[in-house]
Amino acid sequence: MNQIELNNITKRYPGCIANQAVELKVDAGEIHALLGENGAGKSTLMKIIYGVVKPDEGTMRWQGEEITVKGPAHARKLGIGMVFQHFSLFETLTVAENIALSLPKEEAASLDLLKQRIIEVSEHYGMKLDPNRYVHTLSIGEQQRVEIVRCLLQDVKLLILDEPTSVLTPQEVETLFKTLHLLSDEGCSILFISHKLDEVRALCDHATILKAGQVSGHCIPKETTTEELARLMVGDDTPLTEDYKKAEGAETYLSIVDLSHQSDDPFACSLKNISLEVKAGEILGIAGVAGNGQEELLNLISGEDTSAKQSVLFANKAVGNLTPEKRRILGLGFVPEERLGRGAVPDMSLQDNALLTGYQGDLTKNGLINTNKVKAFAQNIMDKFNVKAAGIHAQAKSLSGGNLQKYIIGREILQNPKLLVCSHPTWGVDIGAAILIRHELIKLRDAGCAVLVVSEDIDELYSISDRICAICNGELSPVADTRDVSINQLGMWMAGDFHAKTTHSENNTEVDNSSTAKGAMKPC
Amino acid sequence: MLNITLEKRPSDSKVMSYLSPVFAILLTLISGGLLFTTLGQDPFHALYTFFISPLTDVYGWTELGVKVAPLTLCAMGLMLCFKARIWNIGAEGQFILGGLGGGYIALELMDAEGFWVLPLVLFFGALSGLLWGALTALLKTRFGANEILTTIMLNYIALNWLLYGVHGPLKDPDGFNFPESALFSDFATLPVLSDDYRLNISIFFALFAVAVIWALMSKTLLGFQIAVLGEDKSAARFAGFKEERLIWFVLLACGALAGLAGVSEVTGSVGQLNPYISPGYGYAAIIVVFLGRMHPVGIVFASMLLALTYMGGEMAQMDLGLPKSLTGLFQGMLLFYLLACDLLISYRIVRKPAARTISSSSNPAQA
Repeated sequence: MNQIELNNITKRYPGCIANQAVELKVDAGEIHALLGENGAGKSTLMKIIYGVVKPDEGTMRWQGEEITVKGPAHARKLGIGMVFQHFSLFETLTVAENIALSLPKEEAASLDLLKQRIIEVSEHYGMKLDPNRYVHTLSIGEQQRVEIVRCLLQDVKLLILDEPTSVLTPQEVETLFKTLHLLSDEGCSILFISHKLDEVRALCDHATILKAGQVSGHCIPKETTTEELARLMVGDDTPLTEDYKKAEGAETYLSIVDLSHQSDDPFACSLKNISLEVKAGEILGIAGVAGNGQEELLNLISGEDTSAKQSVLFANKAVGNLTPEKRRILGLGFVPEERLGRGAVPDMSLQDNALLTGYQGDLTKNGLINTNKVKAFAQNIMDKFNVKAAGIHAQAKSLSGGNLQKYIIGREILQNPKLLVCSHPTWGVDIGAAILIRHELIKLRDAGCAVLVVSEDIDELYSISDRICAICNGELSPVADTRDVSINQLGMWMAGDFHAKTTHSENNTEVDNSSTAKGAMKPC
Repeated sequence: MLNITLEKRPSDSKVMSYLSPVFAILLTLISGGLLFTTLGQDPFHALYTFFISPLTDVYGWTELGVKVAPLTLCAMGLMLCFKARIWNIGAEGQFILGGLGGGYIALELMDAEGFWVLPLVLFFGALSGLLWGALTALLKTRFGANEILTTIMLNYIALNWLLYGVHGPLKDPDGFNFPESALFSDFATLPVLSDDYRLNISIFFALFAVAVIWALMSKTLLGFQIAVLGEDKSAARFAGFKEERLIWFVLLACGALAGLAGVSEVTGSVGQLNPYISPGYGYAAIIVVFLGRMHPVGIVFASMLLALTYMGGEMAQMDLGLPKSLTGLFQGMLLFYLLACDLLISYRIVRKPAARTISSSSNPAQA
C-alpha cells in the first residue's frame, strides 16, 4: 500500500502555475526523490502535503484514505514531518525548549523526560544532540539535526526534507544520509527534495522529476545516469557539460593583508587575520557554508564597509578606507548575493538599473545623464547576455532570477572591470543561465581580469576556479590550486579544520569535471 | 457565493497609479455630499458652492494662484524628500521660519529704500527655512533621529517662535497691542501682477521651482541618486552613492523652498507678520505631493485642487454658514481615500472562485 498518494494536484499563483496535474506515490520505507530546477514547483508540492498551502484541485490519499490536511499541526498528527530549507528555530532557546514548543502539550509537559527522549532518539539515529545547548551555539548541520529530531519524536511516517544538503559540508551530508537510510529501514518514508543529482543517485530508491510545474518523468536513480536525470530536469535544448581549462594568473591584482574586522552587528561574523591574493587572469573560489564571514569579507572588498587603509590593496594601491565609488573607478566590478534590493533596484527599469553602477564613464557628463547612452548600454547588456525581458523599460523585479542575474553580471562585465567579485553567481538560477554565467566568467578571466567567486555550490567552484579555499567562522583556509584539493579536504576546510591533509589520495582529485568531484562524496 | 479577495498584481499597474487620485477625488466628493446632506444642505448646491463657485470669475482664479504658489513651492521641496524616502513633515515649520526670518529683515529695513531690499528679504527668508531644515538633517545624520518626529516637533517650535515674535519684539508699536508686526515697506513687498488682484510674482517662483526640480529629477545624476536612495538603500550603498550627503541635500533644498514660500507669503499677500501667516500650507503640501503622484506636473494640478479646498471652505462659511474647518475635513478625506485607492496599484480585487467552478474551465496555459 502507498504511504501517500497525490492525484492530479494543481496549484495556481497569480502569473504562474506552480503545480499542474501532479501525481506522486510513495511507498512505506521508500526514499523518494523529488527532482527539479529552482522554480519547478517542488517546494509548493511539499507545502501542499504539509498543509501549508491548499491545492486548487486534486486529491491526496494518506495510507489509502482520502484526506484534506488542514494545516501543519494536522499533518504532524498524521505522522508527516517536514524539515524546511530555512529552519524555524528560536536561537535564544535551548534545543529541548525548541523541540518542546512544537510538541502537543501532553508530550512537552516534563522537560526532563523530553531531554531523555531527545538523547535516546538522537543517539539511535546517529545524530548526537545535547538538549541543553542553546541553538545559537549550534552549527547549521546541528540545527538541522534539531529539526529532524523534532520530527522523529512524533512517530513520523513520512519525512519531507527540502534541499537538506544545501547548507551542509560533505561530511555532514554523509552523516545525514546514514540517518536517512536507518529511518527508511524502519519503515519511514522519506521525500527528498533536491537538485543535486549525484546525491539523489546515491540515496534514493525512486525519483519523480518536475519541470515547470508538471511531472516530466519517473526513474530509478541508481539505474539512471546523471546526464539522463539532468535531461529530464532541464529538457533537451540545454548543454550540460562544462569543462574549463585551468589558468595561471599573472600579477596580483587584489591583495588582502592580515585583515581583521569586528562588526557592530552582534549577529555578524567577525573576520580574523584574513590574507589572500587574486591575480589578474585567474578565478579564486571561496567555499563555505553561509554566514561564516563571506558577506563581511565582500563588503570590505566592495567598500560598503571600510577597514584600515593597508588591509585591502588593488594593484598595490591601498584602498581599505575608500568608498565603493572610488574603488569602482579603480576597476572594481561587484555582483552581490542579493539581486533585488542591492544589485538592482526592484521597482526601477532595467535602463535605470544600468545607470546604477554604470554612472561613471561616459553615461554622465558634468552630473547630467546622457539618456541615449544609458539606453544603448542597457540594450547592449540585454543583447550580449541574452537577457529575456519585455525591454529596457521592464522593472527589474519583473525578471526571473536567472535573467536578472545575467543582466547584473553583464552590467559589471561590460564596464571592463580589472577585478570582478561575484557572490553566489548562480544561486537560484536555472541551468541554462548558470552555464552562460560561468562561461562569461571564464571569458572575463581569459581577458585578464582578476575574478573572486564566493559560493556555496562546491561543484561550481571546482568547475570554474583556478585556485580554491574555504572560509569558516571568519577565518580563511590555506589557498591552493584547485586540482590539488580533494573534495574531502575542502569539506574539512569548510568545517574549520585547516590543518587537515587529505588522507584519501585514492579519492579522485582530477576535478576539472564537476561530476567526478561529486563522486568522491558518495556516502557509505 | 460572492467571495472577494485582494490579490497581488504581478507588477504594479501604471493605469491604476493615475486612476487612484481620480477615484480618491470621486469618493471625497461623494462623502462630502453625504456630509452636506446630514448637515441639512442640498448636497449638489453645497458641492457647487464649495468647488465651483470660487472659480466663476477672474478674481477667483487669481486667488487660486495666490494659494497655489506657496503650496507648489512647499510640495516641490517635499517631493525631493519623499523621493529619497525622507519623511519630512516639517515644511510647515520651514515655511513659518522663512516668513519669520524674512519678515524680521523686512522690519529691520523699514526705512531702507532701493530694489536690493526685496531680494535680500527673500534670501534671508529662504536661508531661515534652509537652516530649519538643516536642524533635521543634523539630527538625522548625526544621531539617527527619526525625521518624522523631529520635523513635527520643530513645526511647533517654529510656530512658537513666530508667536513670541509677534507678541514681543516684532510687535507693531503703533498696532494697538494686536499680535502683529507693522506692515512692510513697499520696497519689501512682492510686486503684484495686476493692481486689481492680489496675485503676485511668487507664482513665477513656484513655476521656476517646478521646472528646476523636474530637470533635476529626470536629467541629473544627483536626481537619480536621490531616487535610488529612496527606492532601495542597499542598492544606493552598493553603487557608492553618499547617503548622508543626499539626506542633507534634500532637507536643505526643501527647507529653502518652503522658506521661500513663507517669505513670499508674508511679503506678498499678507504684508506683515501675524500668527496666521500659514493656513497649514506645509501640511497640505504633503497631500499635494501624494495626490500629484510625486511628479512635477501632477503636483501643479494637485496644488490647484488643494488651493480650491481653502477657497471652498471660505465660500461655505460665507454662503452656507458652515464652519471653515470643512477645508481640513476635505483635505483629510482626500488623503485618506488616496491612500486607500493606492492599494489597488499593487493589488487587484478578484472574486475568489470556488474550487469546483474552475476545474471545468481549467486553463493549462502557462504564464
